[in-house]
Amino acid sequence: MWKTVLRRVLLMIPQIFILSILVFAVAQFMPGDPFTGLITPETDPIVIENLREQAGLNDPLPIQYFRWLGNALQGDFGTSYTYKVPVSVLIGQRAQNTILLSLVSLVLTYAIALPLGMLAGRYNDSFMDKAVIVYNYVSYAIPTFVLALLMLWFFGYTLGWFPTNGSVEVTLQSGSFEYYMSRAYHLILPSVTYAILGTTSIIQYLRSEVIDAKTQDYVKTARSKGVPEKVVYNRHIFRNSFLPIASTLGYQITGLIGGSVFIEQIFAYQGMGQLFIQSINSRDYSVITALVLLFGIATLVGTLLSDIIMSIVDPRIRID
Amino acid sequence: MAVERPLLEINHLETAFRVTDDYYNAVDDVSLTLENNEILAIVGESGSGKSTLATSIIGLHDPNNTQIKGEVIYKDINLLDLNETLYNKIRGNDIGMIFQDPLGSLNPLMTIHDQIEETLVYHSDMDDKQRTNRVEQLLDQVGIPNPKRVMQQYPHELSGGMRQRVVIAIALANKPPIIIADEPTTALDVTIQAQILDLMNDIQDETGSGIILITHDLGVVAQTADRVAVMYAGQIVEEATVEELFGNPKHPYTRSLLNSVPHELEDENDELHVIQGTVPSLQNLPRRGCRFAPRIPWIPAETHEEDPVLHEISPGHKVRCTCWQHFHFEGEEEQ
Repeated sequence: MWKTVLRRVLLMIPQIFILSILVFAVAQFMPGDPFTGLITPETDPIVIENLREQAGLNDPLPIQYFRWLGNALQGDFGTSYTYKVPVSVLIGQRAQNTILLSLVSLVLTYAIALPLGMLAGRYNDSFMDKAVIVYNYVSYAIPTFVLALLMLWFFGYTLGWFPTNGSVEVTLQSGSFEYYMSRAYHLILPSVTYAILGTTSIIQYLRSEVIDAKTQDYVKTARSKGVPEKVVYNRHIFRNSFLPIASTLGYQITGLIGGSVFIEQIFAYQGMGQLFIQSINSRDYSVITALVLLFGIATLVGTLLSDIIMSIVDPRIRID
Repeated sequence: MAVERPLLEINHLETAFRVTDDYYNAVDDVSLTLENNEILAIVGESGSGKSTLATSIIGLHDPNNTQIKGEVIYKDINLLDLNETLYNKIRGNDIGMIFQDPLGSLNPLMTIHDQIEETLVYHSDMDDKQRTNRVEQLLDQVGIPNPKRVMQQYPHELSGGMRQRVVIAIALANKPPIIIADEPTTALDVTIQAQILDLMNDIQDETGSGIILITHDLGVVAQTADRVAVMYAGQIVEEATVEELFGNPKHPYTRSLLNSVPHELEDENDELHVIQGTVPSLQNLPRRGCRFAPRIPWIPAETHEEDPVLHEISPGHKVRCTCWQHFHFEGEEEQ
């Protein structure tokens, strides 16, 4: 299996190379340049031309591309035009925040979805099942920004239980106990919002898989062995019903890095999604290209991760 | 001195399924006994209620959509009165069950070892090592070569016949006095069928278990069973020893079934006999009169009993209704 994994990793290299060309090209085709927003009609065109020359934006495209690629391979994605800090440092900070938020959200999502999906499937057509279905329809139908705004308005402003923006209280000393508590406190509202939206598909999959699985012959065999019903569900039905969900787990794990544009924007949470939108708005090329490349690599890794996870949970699937 | 009771006694068992809002009997007033060291075959077409009978004995119906009445007496206990916890002590320990489809009846995500071991975990006080030894011994007993390797494999790595042997090993694991086999050979090809039947015969010789063999295949019955009960539309229509049933069949349904078995055709005009119509669905089943009457319309109505019961026409040979006395195949003369 590890041979296959290695081969797949090596295969990623040309894929990433092609991706990098596309990313670079798309960034070039975007109208305007980093200085567009800084220009006033009175600005001397010579000043702008000097700035462009200094930034290397007047060089032929292949030269710009290879310069960018060579630096990127060394971990240098240039400097953000907007923030005036190295892109790698900027992304590093934001990624930390986003991964923390996504990880907590993912755990919450499964903590809510797995029990609800199992119960709804086990007691399908009961009152509880119907309640879960209603919850599912609502969470599926409600747009992210509506739910996020509602949560913010109700729990943040009306009740005042949770902070309404940021990822930490800025006055606190980094590394202190209060600092970490404050971070956790700031996480609650966005992660719960995130989780509520994420549960829908998992509950729906799990419920229908459980309903399907519980009449399968292997479940009858398990029962005829005298296995208690609780174990029948936990060992036999759950594992089989979890398979389709496991196939998406790889993408979810790598998707952690992307963050959610809406949620981060609404909760003013300094994460990757927010950075992405801001960098596009301000034509911050170096940040955009680095982010798109990063998300692309994450997707490739996600595919591989999904295959590896599937081969671990389902003995019928072997990657070789 | 206590009267010796049969190993398993089924009295007036009725199993009803809910269809929309009403309950309909899929098993209707069935009484049967199973003795030690006996293979009792239950024969019938699809939909005659034979599998329902099997799952009722072991208590595996969804309680929300099923009503069960009557008694299933084992060791002086009515199993139908047991709660789930107590029933689970019987299942797998006193009654082993073999299902029809050997691929479907094994969990695709568990190794053969784990699936056989599971039943030992709940019914024996063996430790890990003893259980593994027992699993190996069971696989050997059901004729699986190289049990040590097979134990670590998953169901999809085995052939249909091998899987069915594993299912049998699971049923045998705790040496249950009763084994219920629900169409154990239906999903297998003919040569494998013969091997599995031989295996079941061997097992019975070795263990002395009572086996209830459910099948629609009369060839299987002739090859293995000691006694046969023929079911039609939820009722037993005829019950006899194998020799008696094949040598001297009485009920029109039994005779029609036997006549439908392909045999050497004597001349070109010989046609395979086909029973008219199909088993009626639960809702459309006539609840009064002879249930087989609609499929033999050339037999005069007055020959049927109004409310057919089982008559013991000779020791151990029971036939339902009186229509058999006047039965003849369509186109033939009444004898």
